[in-house]
Amino acid sequence: MTQCLCQSKKLEKLHEIIAVHKGKAGTLIPVMHEAQDLFGHLPLDVQSMIAEGLEVPLADVYAVATFYSKFTLQPKGVYSIQVCLGTACYVKGAQALLDKLAELLHIKVGETTEDGLFTLEATRCIGACGLAPVMTVNDEVYGRLSVEQIDDIVHKYMEMAWKDEEHGDTSESR
Amino acid sequence: MATCGIAAGAQKVYETVQQEIARYGLAVTVVPTGCIGLCRYEPIVDIYVPGQEEAVRYGQITPEKIKKIIALHLFAGQPVPDYVCQDHRGKQMMVALRNSGVINPESIEEYIAVGGYQALAKALFEMTPQEVIEEVKASGLRGRGGGGFSTGLKWDYSARAEGDQKYVLCNADEGDPGAFMDRSILEGDPHSIIEAMTIAGYAIGADRGYIYVRAEYPLAVKRLEKAMSQARQMGFLGTKISGSAFSFDLEIRLGAGAFVCGEETALMVSIEGKRGEPRPRPPFPAVKGLYGQPTVLNNVETYANIPIILRRGASWFSSFGTEKSKGTKVFALGGNIHHTGLIEVVMGTPLRHVIYDLGGGIPGGKKFKAAQTGGPSGGCIPAAYIDTAIDYENLLELGSMMGSGGLIVMDEETCMVDVARFFLEFTVDESCGKCPPCRIGTKRMLELLERITSNKGEKGDLEKLEQLAKTIQAASLCGLGQTAPNPVMSTLRYFRAEYEAHIEERKCPAGVCKAFLEYTIIEEKCRKCSLCARTCPVGAITGKIKKPHRIDTEKCTQCGLCMSKCPVKAIAKRPKQ
Ligand SMILES: Cc1cc2nc3c(=O)[nH]c(=O)nc-3n(C[C@H](O)[C@H](O)[C@H](O)COP(=O)(O)O)c2cc1C
Ligand code: FES
Repeated sequence: MTQCLCQSKKLEKLHEIIAVHKGKAGTLIPVMHEAQDLFGHLPLDVQSMIAEGLEVPLADVYAVATFYSKFTLQPKGVYSIQVCLGTACYVKGAQALLDKLAELLHIKVGETTEDGLFTLEATRCIGACGLAPVMTVNDEVYGRLSVEQIDDIVHKYMEMAWKDEEHGDTSESR
Repeated sequence: MATCGIAAGAQKVYETVQQEIARYGLAVTVVPTGCIGLCRYEPIVDIYVPGQEEAVRYGQITPEKIKKIIALHLFAGQPVPDYVCQDHRGKQMMVALRNSGVINPESIEEYIAVGGYQALAKALFEMTPQEVIEEVKASGLRGRGGGGFSTGLKWDYSARAEGDQKYVLCNADEGDPGAFMDRSILEGDPHSIIEAMTIAGYAIGADRGYIYVRAEYPLAVKRLEKAMSQARQMGFLGTKISGSAFSFDLEIRLGAGAFVCGEETALMVSIEGKRGEPRPRPPFPAVKGLYGQPTVLNNVETYANIPIILRRGASWFSSFGTEKSKGTKVFALGGNIHHTGLIEVVMGTPLRHVIYDLGGGIPGGKKFKAAQTGGPSGGCIPAAYIDTAIDYENLLELGSMMGSGGLIVMDEETCMVDVARFFLEFTVDESCGKCPPCRIGTKRMLELLERITSNKGEKGDLEKLEQLAKTIQAASLCGLGQTAPNPVMSTLRYFRAEYEAHIEERKCPAGVCKAFLEYTIIEEKCRKCSLCARTCPVGAITGKIKKPHRIDTEKCTQCGLCMSKCPVKAIAKRPKQ
């Protein structure tokens, strides 16, 4: 998950990650996974550091970053809400959950709220189909959902964010 | 304690169990296990009492319930029948899932206690590589990941291929949305995959392997890593395994969210660190695979069968199943069915048995309409074929396929045109874009389907769909494109009238497609409480307390919130007037 480190620490950490993998075959994607865990997304300067470090063309890094849906070039919200649109969840009404969330957060699927709190996404099957319909908020999985529960869940996270603010938590977790 | 159990609250239950037994000072061993397939009942707690053969299985457990169970059952010796859940595992045949939900997946000792790593020892010390291959061939095992190719034959090709370095790969990408057997096996029995891959390495002469796991399965990755390091410590992985001359080691590679990477040639370039774009076959991976070297690639469930085949013998395995499909198959039951979860049945089991006896039938007294198998590459089996014996050949004949074993049950309130649209949307999203028939063709098909489901269908659309489908099937580069039209073709085959109703009668018979529906207030039932008006997020409902209420269909977004909130069920969804 996204860790709370300041930028220079993160850059240092990225150098370490690259050093561990350097010289081995097929390590570009593993490094990019780790880099994204660290920064939350893959901005161009991070991509060029990876390219330089692993001695691969930047174009290759960019090609990989844009091909795989797990990699993102845009920063995500503090809470990433992902509604499963796998078949089992779809048949059980996942689309209604997604519509409700879009309406509640006033954003479209794929967008982040203006305050940077929530990102709304449709995700692929997470393999919890027995509990369909399913959504996740960061690492938390919610199963057997109904549209009526959505309000409460979103508010829970809003309150958590407010509490963090009150406690003067200034960690830049984005 | 698998993903589904944890999602249902297993972690809190687990913690409560430990607090409670500490509080009572009970001498009880608490063992977390993997998925046992009864997802509907998660979280599940089994209680074994010494001297009693069978465990008592409690389902849908909450911290409150478990407190009561511990006090009554463990402390006072009184089981709590109210919380006991029905178990249909007795009617099944567990081969690939034999250890899932039974052993602690994080303990190599427990795996060894149920016969783990015996097959590896047998292969290394009692069999030649060729004998291993012959045994797998004789078992009749076919790949469980898609096409159903003979596993033994595939191994044989790789063994014979020339190459200074060979590889063994495990496809744990599980791209089929709605299938989760691979995840369950990885989370519940990771050692069986490690053991099987090592055996495959011995058989074909490879000393390296990769497990390609999708990034959406973090728990599976964690358990695999733990199992790999335990196996290394015990000498089942690494150099000179168990003191033999054979060396083999494994690495995990994370997918990054691309369905096409489940396709074998794409998976290999993805492991090499590139965009997962497929290439034409031949050459087949068995001959020219990862880094251009001979490579065996099998699915998780396929591997899970290997150790027990070697242990119990090919003839044991081939003694059940149908003529051409041997052994068992795991299915992930999902959708409109009572017992969602995993089941494992002998090949050739009738669909009816799966849906009604094991799946418990359709909830809400609704009618069974179709079963979707094979995911985005598969099709729908309509109710008329419910007595079909499930095996590779029969499913293909019905225009569907086995695929990885996702089985999504659909009731009468599912619109088959919308289902076809759903799968096409998935394909369009996931096409790698390398070949135009797939990239552009599927997009055109999706546009046609969107037109039909949004009440803009025209005469001739179905013929256009069929023509596009044929071209895409014939001209696409890889299996993704070649099979992408299947959901459309299969629904057109069995539910053509439903398509026609959308286009000609301007109706969605199942009542799903929004463009054909509107919400309305049934005046006789309405109590004029105005709850609906206050609930409506877009202000589409007008009317004051004690005055008739009305829904403005222009404004209404059909979110359904008013219907769910109305205390007297006075709001109805009906075809547009
Ligand atoms: C588009 C596409 C996606 C696939 N996805 C998977 C997958 O997620 N898991 C899998 O095991 N096989 C998948 N397959 C099938 C594999 O390419 C391959 O046939 C299989 O892994 C071989 O293993 P098996 O012989 O044990 O079935 C896919 C095939 C295609 C064409
Ligand atoms: S379909 Fe949603 S978790 Fe699998």
